[in-house]
Amino acid sequence: MDIQTWTFILVGLSFSLYIGIAIWARAASTGEFYVAGKGVHPVANGMATAADWMSAASFISMAGIISFIGYDGGVYLMGWTGGYVLLALCLAPYLRKFGKFTVPDFIGDRYYSQTARMVAVFCAIFVSFTYVAGQMRGVGVVFSRFLEVDINLGVIIGMAIVFFYAVMGGMKGITYTQVAQYCVLIFAFLVPAIFTSLAVTGNVFPQIGFGSTVTDGSGMYLLDKVDGLSQELGFNQYTDGSKSTVDVFFICAALMVGTAGLPHVIIRFFTVPRVKDARISAGYALIFIAILYTTAPAVAAFARVNMIESINGPEMKGVPAEQAPGWIDNWSKTGLVKWEDKNGDGRMFYSGDDRNEMSINRDIIVLASPELAQLPNWVVALLAAGGLAAALSTAAGLLLVISTSISHDLLKKGFKPDMTDKQELLAARCAAVLAVICAGYLGINPPGFVAQVVAFAFGLAASSFFPAIILGIFYKKMNKEGAIAGMLAGILFTSAYIIYFKFINPAANVPANWWFGISPEGIGTLGMLVNFVVSIAVNKVTAEVPQDVQDLVESIRFPKGAGDAHDH
Amino acid sequence: MAFQSDEMARAYWKENLTIMGSLLAIWFVVSYVCGILLVDQLNAIRLGGFKLGFWFAQQGAIYVFVALIFVYVAKMNALDKKYGVEEE
Repeated sequence: MDIQTWTFILVGLSFSLYIGIAIWARAASTGEFYVAGKGVHPVANGMATAADWMSAASFISMAGIISFIGYDGGVYLMGWTGGYVLLALCLAPYLRKFGKFTVPDFIGDRYYSQTARMVAVFCAIFVSFTYVAGQMRGVGVVFSRFLEVDINLGVIIGMAIVFFYAVMGGMKGITYTQVAQYCVLIFAFLVPAIFTSLAVTGNVFPQIGFGSTVTDGSGMYLLDKVDGLSQELGFNQYTDGSKSTVDVFFICAALMVGTAGLPHVIIRFFTVPRVKDARISAGYALIFIAILYTTAPAVAAFARVNMIESINGPEMKGVPAEQAPGWIDNWSKTGLVKWEDKNGDGRMFYSGDDRNEMSINRDIIVLASPELAQLPNWVVALLAAGGLAAALSTAAGLLLVISTSISHDLLKKGFKPDMTDKQELLAARCAAVLAVICAGYLGINPPGFVAQVVAFAFGLAASSFFPAIILGIFYKKMNKEGAIAGMLAGILFTSAYIIYFKFINPAANVPANWWFGISPEGIGTLGMLVNFVVSIAVNKVTAEVPQDVQDLVESIRFPKGAGDAHDH
Repeated sequence: MAFQSDEMARAYWKENLTIMGSLLAIWFVVSYVCGILLVDQLNAIRLGGFKLGFWFAQQGAIYVFVALIFVYVAKMNALDKKYGVEEE
C-alpha cells in the first residue's frame, strides 16, 4: 500500500477514536467544562498534560532544530522539561489547594483586585492565541503533505475536529481525548526512532544508541562521527555550541520559567482531586514528556549522519543527481529541499561552507526520518497521525483557556456576575466556537510573524504570571500595588525589547546590540527579574495586605481541606 | 486551623521550604551549572560515547528532573503526615 492510503487509514482511525471519546465525555456543568469535575486520575492527567504540552513544535520541529544546531539545541530540551520541576515544587500544589478554575482567578483573588485580574486575563488570552495560530498551521502542513489536500482544507478539517470535542466536552472531553492523543503521538515518535537506532547503532534504545558506536564497522562513536563530519564539511562542531554562554543561560531560564507560567499548562493541575495528586501528576507528566524529549536529541543525531551520508555519499564526494535518494525527490516537490548544481558536476553536495549546494528546511527532519532510514510506508503514515495528535491536543487545550478566560474571568467575574451556571456554560461554549474560528482564520492566513511571536509567548508568561504567582504564594505581605506594578513593568520591558528587535529594527538583531548579550528569546528572564524587583520595591512603599488575604495565603500552604475548596 | 498551633504551622512551612530549596539547588546544578556554565570543562570527561557536559545538556538533566519531582512528592507526603495536614 502507498503512503497516502496508509495515512488515510491511520489518521481516520485515530480521529474516530477522538470523536468517540468526545461523545462519551460530554460536559454537563461548568465544573466539568472548566476542570473536568476535578476527578481525573493523576496518571491520566499526566498523559493529558504531556499531550497538551507537546505541540507540533515539539513533535515536528524540535529534533530538526537540534539536528542543525547540535549542543545549543539543549536549551529547548532542558528549558521545556525543567519548567515542570518549578511547577511541581513551587506552583501546582498551592494553586490546587487554592481551588479555583483559572490563573486570573488566583491573581484576582490573591491580589484582591479587578485590575490585577484583567491584566492576567489579557495576558492569558494573548499568550494562548499566539500559540494556537502556530498549531492550526501545523495541522494544515501535515494534512497538505500527507493527504495531498489543500493546506486551507487541512486547517478546516482540523478546526472541525477540535470544535467537536472542545465545544462539547470542555476540559473533560479534552482531557480524555488528550490521553488517547498522547498514546498515538508517542508511539508514532518512538517507532521510527527505535528502527533508526537499530539501523545506525544496533541498539534498540535511542537514548543509549545516541552514545554508542556506529555499525559501519569503523568502531567510531556516533557523536565522534558527527563531530568529524561537521568539521570536515565546515559546520560548527555538533557537541559544541555557537551561542554565548550568557545567552544560552538566559534562553534556557526564559523557557523554563515561561513553561511554568503558561496558563494552559497550569490549568491542568486544577483538574485532579487532591493536592497530593497535583504534585504527583507533574511527575507523571514529566516522565511522559521525557520519553519524547530524551529520544529527540538521538533522532537528531541519527538524522544528521543519515542526511549527510545520503547526500554526500560514503566517499564524501557527493551523490550524482540521478541516483538521489527517494526522500530528496519527495521533499523537493514541497519546496522544502532544494538543490542547485553550483559547480556543474551533476553531483549533490551538502556542507557548511561555499561548497554547499543544498538548502534543507529544518522542519522536515522528523517527518523525513523514516524515509532517511528506509523504513516502510506505514511508519511514515504513523508519523502523520502523530503530528496531528500533537497539534490538535495542544490546540484544544489552548482553546479551552481562551474560552474559560472569556466566559469565566471576563463575564462571570467581570461584567456579568449574576450569570447562572447554565448561562455560563453556554457562554463558555460560544466563546470556544469563537476561539476555534479565530484560530482557524489565523491558521489559514498566518501573520508572517508566527515564528517570531513564540518568543513572545514564553517571554510574557515568564515576565508576568510567574513572579506574580510565586510572590503570591511565598510572600504573604505582597500587596496588589506591588503585583500590578511588577506585572506591568515585566510585560512592558519584555515586549519593548522583543518588538524592537523583531519588528521595528530586525537588522539590529545581532549580539553586539543586545543588552548584556541576551537575545530576544532570552529576555523574558531579565523581564522576570525586573518584575520581582519592581513588585518588592512598590510593595515597600504602599499599604499593608488585608488580614483575610494573609489568611488565604496561610491556608493554601498545606494540603488538608483541599476537597471542599470549590467555586466560591 | 489545621495545625495544632502556630508554631507547628511555622515549623511545617520551614521544613517545606528546606525540602524545596535543596531540590531546587540540585535542579540548578544539573542544568545551569553542568549543562551550561561548566560544559566545556565537563566535556573533557567522557561517558561512553558522550562528552559529559553535552550529555547533561541533552540527556542527564532531564533524567534528574524526573527524579527530583518524585523525591519531592515522597518527602512532602511524609511531611504532611508528620504534621497531620494530609488529605483524607
